[in-house]
Amino acid sequence: MFDYGMFKFSSKEEVIEKSIAYWNPGKTKFWRDSGIDLVIDKREGYVIHDMDGKRLIDLHINGGTFNFGHRNTELIDTLKIALDHFDIGNHWFPSVARTALAEALVKVCPGFDYAFFTPGGAEAIDVAIKSARYATQRRKIISIIKGYHGHSGLSMATGDARFSKIFLSDRPDEFIQVPFNDLAAMERALSSRDIAAVILETIPATYGFPMPHDGYNQSVKALCEQYGALYIADEVQTGLLRTGEMWGWQSYGVQPDIFVNAKGISGGIYPFAITMLTKRTGAWMEEDGAAHISTSGGAEPGCFVALKVLEILKRPEVRANVQYLTRYFGDAFRDMVQSDGDVIVGLRQKGVVMGVEFAHPEGAVHASRALYENGVWAIFSSLDKRVLQFKPGVLMSYALAEEVVDRFRVALPRMRELIAQAPSVRSAA
Amino acid sequence: MATETAKLNFTSHSDTHGAMLDRARWAATTFARYDRAATLKIARAVAQAAHSQAARYAEWAVRETGFGVVGHKRLKNELCSLGIFETHKNTDWTGPTIDRDRKLVRIGRPAGVILALTPSTNPVATVFFKTILALLTRNAIIICPHPAAKACCADAADLLAAEAVKAGAPDGVIQVVREPSIPALEGLMGDERVDLVVATGGPAVVRAAYRSGTPALGVGPGNGPVYVDSSADLTAAAARIVESKSFDNSILCTNESVVLAENAIADQLLNTLRAAGAHVCSPGERESLRAFLWSDKGFNVGAIGKDAAVIARACGFTIAGDAKILLVPIDRLLPEEHFTREKLCPVLGFAPVGGVDEAIRAARSMTRKSGGGHSAAIHSQNETTIMTYAAAVSALRTVVNAPCSQGAAGFGTNLGPTMTIGTGFMGGSALGENLTPASLMNWSSIAYPTDERVPFGNFEGLTPWQTPNSIVSVPSQLARSVPALDELALLREQIRSLVRDELKSALGRT
Repeated sequence: MFDYGMFKFSSKEEVIEKSIAYWNPGKTKFWRDSGIDLVIDKREGYVIHDMDGKRLIDLHINGGTFNFGHRNTELIDTLKIALDHFDIGNHWFPSVARTALAEALVKVCPGFDYAFFTPGGAEAIDVAIKSARYATQRRKIISIIKGYHGHSGLSMATGDARFSKIFLSDRPDEFIQVPFNDLAAMERALSSRDIAAVILETIPATYGFPMPHDGYNQSVKALCEQYGALYIADEVQTGLLRTGEMWGWQSYGVQPDIFVNAKGISGGIYPFAITMLTKRTGAWMEEDGAAHISTSGGAEPGCFVALKVLEILKRPEVRANVQYLTRYFGDAFRDMVQSDGDVIVGLRQKGVVMGVEFAHPEGAVHASRALYENGVWAIFSSLDKRVLQFKPGVLMSYALAEEVVDRFRVALPRMRELIAQAPSVRSAA
Repeated sequence: MATETAKLNFTSHSDTHGAMLDRARWAATTFARYDRAATLKIARAVAQAAHSQAARYAEWAVRETGFGVVGHKRLKNELCSLGIFETHKNTDWTGPTIDRDRKLVRIGRPAGVILALTPSTNPVATVFFKTILALLTRNAIIICPHPAAKACCADAADLLAAEAVKAGAPDGVIQVVREPSIPALEGLMGDERVDLVVATGGPAVVRAAYRSGTPALGVGPGNGPVYVDSSADLTAAAARIVESKSFDNSILCTNESVVLAENAIADQLLNTLRAAGAHVCSPGERESLRAFLWSDKGFNVGAIGKDAAVIARACGFTIAGDAKILLVPIDRLLPEEHFTREKLCPVLGFAPVGGVDEAIRAARSMTRKSGGGHSAAIHSQNETTIMTYAAAVSALRTVVNAPCSQGAAGFGTNLGPTMTIGTGFMGGSALGENLTPASLMNWSSIAYPTDERVPFGNFEGLTPWQTPNSIVSVPSQLARSVPALDELALLREQIRSLVRDELKSALGRT
């Protein structure tokens, strides 16, 4: 019996059955059918436990949501204290917490003047696109093929057709897509001079973290300037020290006109997202500050959590930890490419943003399962199943990092076995 | 509104120590793969940097804590930097060492992450000392200073950390707890991410270190008896005792506490001590002094490391300008006599005894409650007396015909300079020797059968840490930037003469 006080379940099977019946049949069945029968129960640090008690090290961390680990005690304490005084607040009025967080954010975002708050990343992207449209008085948005920016109206329109066509919500006339790392295609699209903005994940996550070619982001920004468009950086997965710098765009030496961060800024405990704007891109707030309303955007308890997140990230120890993790996993996968090149062919890496490349076109799906069986949870890239998203949180300790590598190596024969059994086996050679 | 918001207190919910320990672990793991040359390069650079700032930190420590004498602290800082490095650098703390005859190979295994508690009495000298020992043995160290000396210690630790990294050490190898407190310290000592606690401080701290469950080397307080028998050179003995008691105003826990003078020479010794710079207190002065130094709460911290003249003035009497210590004749060598207890200030008890047996009884009585396992001194030419005394007193080091402050701490003796005196089992400690690099590491042994038919392997030239699948990379520039042997030898000689000169001036003789 699993007794959670307000509800009880007799077994994990009962949860899965009822989840299919009442919550989301497709999603629930997908995982069951993939051999990943996970219902997350207890969680702490970078470790999650299935209802059955199975322990898993979390390298998925939901795109950085759990960058600081699950139920980070500092963040939880912060939220609890904040709740002694605050609720989500009234979005119409200025607030102490929102003001303090906005000021703190502007200070760590050189070149930006305003912080706009929403409860989630998709809405934050919508705000970014709206702001760009207002500032340029143009409608069209360029994004990357297999880019990913969320599921609300405008953010979804920038993304893969899989998520928009099903809802008859694709808008090819206003949302143009070009291949990643293709500057010529980008320039062709921009040269119509009717583009409001280019939106780019600094490193495309759902696409499996293909690394931008040298100077790509900067060249896109230069082209934007040349053709009167704005540059929006989607920093949801690359912000908050994950690339080694506070923001990914700093790692690549590019100054966006707008950027968006979400997931990690919530500490995994209070939904939160930010859109950083300049005087120019935030100009609509002078004309009509209530033109975009979000009742729970900038909810005050979340402001405290976000402030604590920023405080943690400023600690030199945390920056050092990211550098050590970067080097450690970089070395470990270089060694694995040497010793197990038939399975693993490369590592895409910027800081602790990593994608493990497999020889087999669906290698990451099998790897995900083999790792799951061996106590590690890492998800494949849904838009490139050759690549496993490998995303340790910034506070991961040496001991846990070593354990991850141990488990990865132990899982390698199982990966090899699953790949061999797969319907369309292709040799690495 | 101010009163409302004051309710929200976030300060107690900061986990900077966890981040610090994780960083130290990365550093320790990386550092453990450095070879001897790279390790020595780092330790030497740090020792030099520490030495060059010895005067500055001596002045700062006295200013911040109010304890001690700047000149003497400077000397301790110098000895605990290059002096320590010089003392230990010729020993291989890294390995592998090969013993063909015994068919053994030994590979150094650092403790890992060391939590080092440093006292307010010898703050920066202890930071230097423990850091250099930790570096020589490829450990990461986290300094937790006494709150009364946190600023100078943090500054010194930052300096050493920067120098270490500049010399090729891994990031985070030296860190410091900036806001030390009892709860913070207890949390750190009990944290599984700490491999070893090295505690220098009061008995409460040492016991807490052992209670923490983490392997610990804690050293207890001292209370050194000094016996002077009729065979001693009284003039020399008196000079040494005054020299020792006035050294950094008795702040080293190795300082003499009570002179036990053999009856036959007691009066003469009293006079020689007076001539050497001791002010002999009258019974009235003794009682003022007693009231000033001790209260229900224990020893007056305000007296620690103060000049004799300052203490006398606080007690309402004046002393001659050249008097360096206050000598207090006492009658009863029993625990209720305050002057038999530890005094980290230039106040020295004086009592005649019938002979070595009574001296031993008195010495044992002095250290029964506190001070056991620490230090004792004797001034004598009689080896039987010396050996009888040393075997019976509750001390693990008895220095002969030398100032105890310096001698028991390894300055001018061959005990090896230290700021951490092992008080052994009789002093509630797992450490009996003075702390050395050996205390901070283990050795992994490779052992072959003694059976001659099984040949010993050839390990010459093998490096245990550069394994092909090494997953923690050592900065590549290290291998190239280690100075050539000649350069090292030259430097070694320079340092040796430097240390020699300092010892000479410290001890007033060769």
